Amino acid sequence: MEIAIISGKGGTGKSSLSAAFATAGNEIVLADCDVDAANLYLIFNPVNEDEQVYIAGHKAIIDYDLCSGCRYCVDFCRFDAIGVANDKVVIDEISCDGCFLCSRICPENAISMIPNDKSRMFSGSFRKGKMVYGRLAPGEENSGKLVNMVREKARMISSENNLDIILLDGPAGIGCPVISTITGADRVILVTEPTVSGLSDMQRAVDVVLKFGRKPSVIVNKADINEQMTGKIIEWCHENNIGIAGILPFEKKIAEAMIRGLSIIEYEPECSVSIEIRKIWNNIIKSN
Amino acid sequence: MIRIAVASGKGGTGKTFVATNIFNTLVKRNIKCLLIDCDAEAPNSVAFFNAELSGRHEVTQQVPVIDTDKCTYCGRCREYCVYNAIFILPSVRMIKVIEDLCHGCGACTVACRDGAITEKASSLGSVFPFTRNGDLQIIEARMDAGVMSPVKVIKSAIGQISNHYDIVILDAPPGTSCPFIQTVAAADYTILVTEPTPFGLSDLRQSAGTLRIMNKQFGAIINRAGTGNREVYQYLENEKIPLLLEIPFKKEIAEAYSVGRLVSDSDPFFAEQLAGLAENIIEKYGNSNHQR
Repeated sequence: MEIAIISGKGGTGKSSLSAAFATAGNEIVLADCDVDAANLYLIFNPVNEDEQVYIAGHKAIIDYDLCSGCRYCVDFCRFDAIGVANDKVVIDEISCDGCFLCSRICPENAISMIPNDKSRMFSGSFRKGKMVYGRLAPGEENSGKLVNMVREKARMISSENNLDIILLDGPAGIGCPVISTITGADRVILVTEPTVSGLSDMQRAVDVVLKFGRKPSVIVNKADINEQMTGKIIEWCHENNIGIAGILPFEKKIAEAMIRGLSIIEYEPECSVSIEIRKIWNNIIKSN
Repeated sequence: MIRIAVASGKGGTGKTFVATNIFNTLVKRNIKCLLIDCDAEAPNSVAFFNAELSGRHEVTQQVPVIDTDKCTYCGRCREYCVYNAIFILPSVRMIKVIEDLCHGCGACTVACRDGAITEKASSLGSVFPFTRNGDLQIIEARMDAGVMSPVKVIKSAIGQISNHYDIVILDAPPGTSCPFIQTVAAADYTILVTEPTPFGLSDLRQSAGTLRIMNKQFGAIINRAGTGNREVYQYLENEKIPLLLEIPFKKEIAEAYSVGRLVSDSDPFFAEQLAGLAENIIEKYGNSNHQR
């Protein structure tokens, strides 16, 4: 059973909550799908058992010994990545999408594609089971594919170790890596907060989840920061037939726990937030 | 003109909070200022202002349309497509374009020798201009739900900048991959907003590393100072990254933000700090002639 945690807006407490869920019950497979900003390894210090190279697309480079300066490639590039500077054809690495078209059409065969191979996927053990996480090298793209790779590995580990539950900690936003996180997941949990931004980002995230054939349920985190807004979020969910998985208050101890490398459940197992989180988690894994 | 990006690796550190308050402070001081919300996946900046929507610019990409009468199912288009957006089964004469995977590169059109591929525009999102008192002051990039990458929409929003402004503030998307890079690449200076927690530090390392690779000038603001620990401060010192400002954790700030109010309106000291910060950046980095 795969449970995806996403948020739309960043900083709503998605990863802290994922860490709490990971420590709330039996051993699980924990997959950090926030490959842009993977953080859970900081709390769980996994012992890495496997490392794989991830090719994050390609970049075009020009061999100036072969380039005749014909500029044929400039017109073909749809990403505005090829220009001319000081009479030389140049490729803008930032804009290059790695589509290979320039390398295929160059009459002089002067353009080659080199792989971006600095990103990695790690897997290993942590104190509550197995863990998989990706690390996208700075500036490398295509994180949706890395998320898919992380999920595939997590499924493999899940069946090899008879760990039934896979918890996917997703990235912020609603783009490619988020879509890769929710596609085919059994449950999608959306963590939001009672702010103007929290509400609007949640609505957009709900849209995307529905579009990809899943039904999310919502957790309102830090609900007491603005109770009126919390009410608004709950109302909107009711009107749109979206389930509420739980409502949690702001808890300073969550940050304290994090600094000590612990989840809130490990740090203060009997505080009210921990009790509530365990309840929410049990409902999530039961309701399949 | 100077372009300042406000960014953060980690989401929710207060990027939009800083960007909207700097913009608000500068506009009130009669500086010609434009705010571009480049967080196209989750744009929120406009909600903090009384601004009037004044138009819409649709952002599209070209996706292939296959004429099955002309197609010979040779498979060249699929060979050319590195995004796996073309599915083809020659034995049953089936060919399908998976538009969600298409990046609009046009390689399939070039590959086809049978004239079977034409292209149509497919929507990726919109760029919305907003005016205040008749002046174009805010531009919002908004990606359509279900689209994979916001990069083209962000590029299009940044492309709307005219020379009319003294300062352009770019509210950047979180993370350190393409959407972030597109935004900071267009900036003369980047302010990284972080928080003094292990997550904040880890993401700050990632974004600072990316900016260093790109040879970009940047400094940091520590938000929610007083919570967490001192490791972020130590990191900034070791890396010689200027600490531009500390914003203390205050319940009033969180409350104001939650209802869409600007703290710089009610807190003149904070407004003064932001104005000073902007002034310093302009003084140091403002005279570079803009190339990109």
